[in-house]
Amino acid sequence: MNSSNTYKNDVSIVICGAAGLGIETIEHLLAQIIQQSGYHICATKEYMSRVRGGLNSTEIRVSSNRVRAYIDRIDLFFPFSKGAIERQAYRFTKDTIIIGDTDILKEANKEIEASFIDFSLKKAAKKIGGEVYTNTIVATVIGELLKIDTNLIRNYIKERFSKKGEEVIEKNLEAIEKGCEFAKEIIDNFTIKIKIKPDSTVSQEVLYNGTDMVSIGALAGGCNFLAAYPMSPATGVLTFLAQQQKEFDVIVEQIEDEIAAVNSVIGAWYVGGRGLLSTSGGGFSLMTEGISLAGVTETPLVIHLAQRPGPATGLPTRTAQEDLSLALHAGHGEFPRIILSPGNLEETFILTQKTFNLADKYQIPVFVLTDQYLVNLFYNFEAPDFSKLKIDKHIIETKEDYKRYEITDSGISPRGIPGGKGLVGVDSHEHDDEGHITEDLRDCRKEMVEKRFRKEQEIENDIIPAKLEFAKNYEILVISWGSTYEIIKEAISQISNKKIGFLHFSQIYPLPKKTKKLLKKAKELIIFETNFRNQFAELIKAKTGIEIPYKFSKYIGLSFSVEEIKQSIKSILKEVQK
Amino acid sequence: MNNGQFDLDVKKHWCPGCGNFIILKTLKKTLENLDLTPQDLVIVSGIGQAGKTPHFMRTNYFNGLHGRALPLAMAAKALNPKMVVLAISGDGCMYSEGGNHLIHAIRRNIDVTCIVHNNMVYGLTKGQASPTSQAGFTTKVQLNGVTSQSFNPISFAVGMNATFVARANAADKEETQEILTKAINHKGFALVDIFQPCVTFNKTNTYSWFKENSYYLEDDYDSEDRETAFSKACEKTPYPLGVIFQQENMPTFHEKTLAYSDKKKTPLIDRERNLTKIEENFFT
Repeated sequence: MNSSNTYKNDVSIVICGAAGLGIETIEHLLAQIIQQSGYHICATKEYMSRVRGGLNSTEIRVSSNRVRAYIDRIDLFFPFSKGAIERQAYRFTKDTIIIGDTDILKEANKEIEASFIDFSLKKAAKKIGGEVYTNTIVATVIGELLKIDTNLIRNYIKERFSKKGEEVIEKNLEAIEKGCEFAKEIIDNFTIKIKIKPDSTVSQEVLYNGTDMVSIGALAGGCNFLAAYPMSPATGVLTFLAQQQKEFDVIVEQIEDEIAAVNSVIGAWYVGGRGLLSTSGGGFSLMTEGISLAGVTETPLVIHLAQRPGPATGLPTRTAQEDLSLALHAGHGEFPRIILSPGNLEETFILTQKTFNLADKYQIPVFVLTDQYLVNLFYNFEAPDFSKLKIDKHIIETKEDYKRYEITDSGISPRGIPGGKGLVGVDSHEHDDEGHITEDLRDCRKEMVEKRFRKEQEIENDIIPAKLEFAKNYEILVISWGSTYEIIKEAISQISNKKIGFLHFSQIYPLPKKTKKLLKKAKELIIFETNFRNQFAELIKAKTGIEIPYKFSKYIGLSFSVEEIKQSIKSILKEVQK
Repeated sequence: MNNGQFDLDVKKHWCPGCGNFIILKTLKKTLENLDLTPQDLVIVSGIGQAGKTPHFMRTNYFNGLHGRALPLAMAAKALNPKMVVLAISGDGCMYSEGGNHLIHAIRRNIDVTCIVHNNMVYGLTKGQASPTSQAGFTTKVQLNGVTSQSFNPISFAVGMNATFVARANAADKEETQEILTKAINHKGFALVDIFQPCVTFNKTNTYSWFKENSYYLEDDYDSEDRETAFSKACEKTPYPLGVIFQQENMPTFHEKTLAYSDKKKTPLIDRERNLTKIEENFFT
C-alpha cells in the first residue's frame, strides 16, 4: 500500500454492490450528515432492474462548492460485491483508492493503477451481528474520512432505527465504533487527506431528488388526483403522493392500467379537479388515445413522463431522452400541446407547478419530461421561493345558456364544470359549440379545428425562453435540453473558453421564438442528447431549418459525464481551430 | 318534478324501432321521478350507438372513448361526489373494449350506475359479433357462427361480488324504470344490463325472442343471498330479469380514500390547496 493522496475541494465517493445490501441506506445516511456538516453534496445512482443481486452504484460528490452533476472520476471506491471493481474500473485513475474486503479486492485486475486498502469488513460486521452492519461501518469510515462529527451518525442511527428496538440501535452503534477504528487505521497508515471547506449556508438548504420535486411541484400546482400504474422510473411520484393523501386532500389510486389512468385523470379535470399522470415510455404508449381525447375535448391534462431507454421494455432502470418524439406526436389527429423538460431540481419543482396552470389556461395536454437520471439525482439547494407561486384556476361559473365550445377569438372557450346552472357537454367526436356530435364538415368541423389551433398563438405568450449562459457574444454555441443541463454547465465552466455560449431549453415545444436567431448567431453549433437520433436536433431542424453540425448522442442507458462533455467540446474546438 | 326537463329536441341517430329509443325514454322518466335535474347529473358514455345516448337528452355529459367510460366516471364521482354519475354504453364498449375497467370498477365499488344496452351485436360497426352474442350467431365476420362462449355479465358481476346486479328488458318500460330507480338509489357500483333489440343487425335476438326467453324473478326472491343469486345468474333461456344481487351500505371507492376519511365530506374540488403548508412541510 502506497496511498498518499490529497483530495481538495471535490471528492467523488462511489459505493457499488448487489441490490438488497443496503446501499440506499448508506446513501441516505451520508447525504444527511454531509449536508448537516455544511458540505455541498450531489448524488447520482445507476441500478439494475432486479430486487436482489446484480450491481448497483451510487456516486456521492462532496465539495466546497456547489456540485450538481455526475462525473466519471472515482476518488474513493467501496466495492461491496464481487464484480464491482471490474464494472467500474473504467472510472479509476491512479489516484483512486479502493477500500474493501480482501476477497473482493483480490479479484481486481493486476493492471488497475489504483491503490487498494483491504479490511475484513464483512468479518467485523458478522461479529457484530450480521453482514447488514457493513453499511454502518462503511458509512462511518466515509464520515470519518470527511472529518464529520461522529455524533451526527449516531443521532441518525438512533432516529432511523428508533422503531426497530434497542438491540438494533446498540449493534449499529457498535458498528459505528468499528468504522471509527477502521478510519483511524486508514488515516494513520495511508495519509489520505480530504480537504473540503464547509459552508454554513448549506445546512440551511434542502436536499431532495427529482422525484420529490415533481411530486411537491404537483402539490403546489394544486394536484388532487393521481392515477398510476407502477413503472420505473416514474413510480417514485406515485409513492410520494400516496403519502400525502390525507395531509393535502389528494386521491392517489394505483389503477388497473395506463389507459384507465389517463381516462380517469381526464375525468378528474372535467369536474374541476387537477389530475396528474406519472409514467414512463411503455405506460405512456398505452395512454396515447387519452392524450388525443384531451386534445379534442379540450380537457386540461398534465403528464409526467419519466423517460427510460426503449424500445418496448428496453432498460427499465436506465436513463434516456428517447421519448421526445413520442411526446411530440403522441395521440391521433392534430391538436396543440406544450412540452417542458426541466434541467435541474429547482426547475423540476417550478415547471411541474406551472404545468397545472398552463394546462388549465389552454385546456391542452402539458408534459413534464424527466428521465431516470433526473428523478434519482439529488443535491442540496436553496428552498424555492413561494411568494410568486399561484394556483391559477381558469374555471368559470356557468349560466343557463352555457356552451362548452363557444367560438372565441383566442380559441379558448371558457371552461365550466358540472354543478353550475349551465350544462357541460364534452365529446370525443368532432362536435358543435354545445359539445354535441356533428358531421357538419364545411362550417362546424372547420371552425372547431381552427379554434383549437388559434390557441397556439396565445401559447406563444407563455413560452419559457431558452437560457443563454457563458459567452453572450459566442462563436460556438452548445445546445442542450432537459436533464443534461448541469452536466454540460460544469463541463463548459471547466473549459473556460470565452467563445463558448451555452443555450439550454426548458421548453421543448412550442420552441421559443428566438431559437433561430440565437442559433444563427453562432459559427458552430454543438448538441448533446441521450438518444440515438438526436431528436431535439431533428425538431430544431424541422422548425428553424438549421442543421446542427456537431451532434453528440449517448444511448447506452447512462447519462453523460462532465468529462465526456469536456472531451467532446474540446475535440470540436480543436477541429474548428484547424 | 318537472316533466320534460331532460328532453332535447334533436334528431336521434338510431334506426327506427331501435331499443335505444325506449331505454332513453325510460331513463328520462326514471330521472324525473327521482326528482333529479339535468344539472345534478353527469353521464359518461363510450362509443357505439348506446354511447350516443347523452347527446339526445339534456344533461352534463362526457362522451369519451370506446371502453373508457368507467375510469372517467370513477374520477368524476370521486372528485365531486355531489354529482349523480351514470356510465352508459353498449355491450361492445363495456364488456369487450372496457372489460378490464369493469373488473376494477366492481372491485373498487365506485359509486356509479353502469347501464349497458345489451343487443348482442355490434351496431355502429355494422353487424359483427359482440361478447354477448350467442354461440353459433353468424355474421359477415363470424362466418361459421360465434365459436367463443358468450359473456354472461350477470354471473360475472355476482362472481365479482358487485354490490348491485340487475337485468332488464328494454321493452318492459315499467319494470325497467323500477330497476333503474333502484340502481340509481343504490350506494356503490350498480350494473344494469338491459336487453335491447337491434332491429337492423340482429335478426335472432328480437323483441319477441327476448320476451320468450326471459322471466321476472318472483316477489319472494332474496336478492341478498349470493349463492342463490349466482345460480340465478347462470340461468339461460329463459334469463331471469330484475335485481339479481344486491348488498347495501357497502363503502364506496371515494369513501374509502384517505382524502375522504375522518368523515370529511367536502368534495375534493371545493378544497383549497394551502401553499404555505407545502412550504412549511417540505422546505422549512
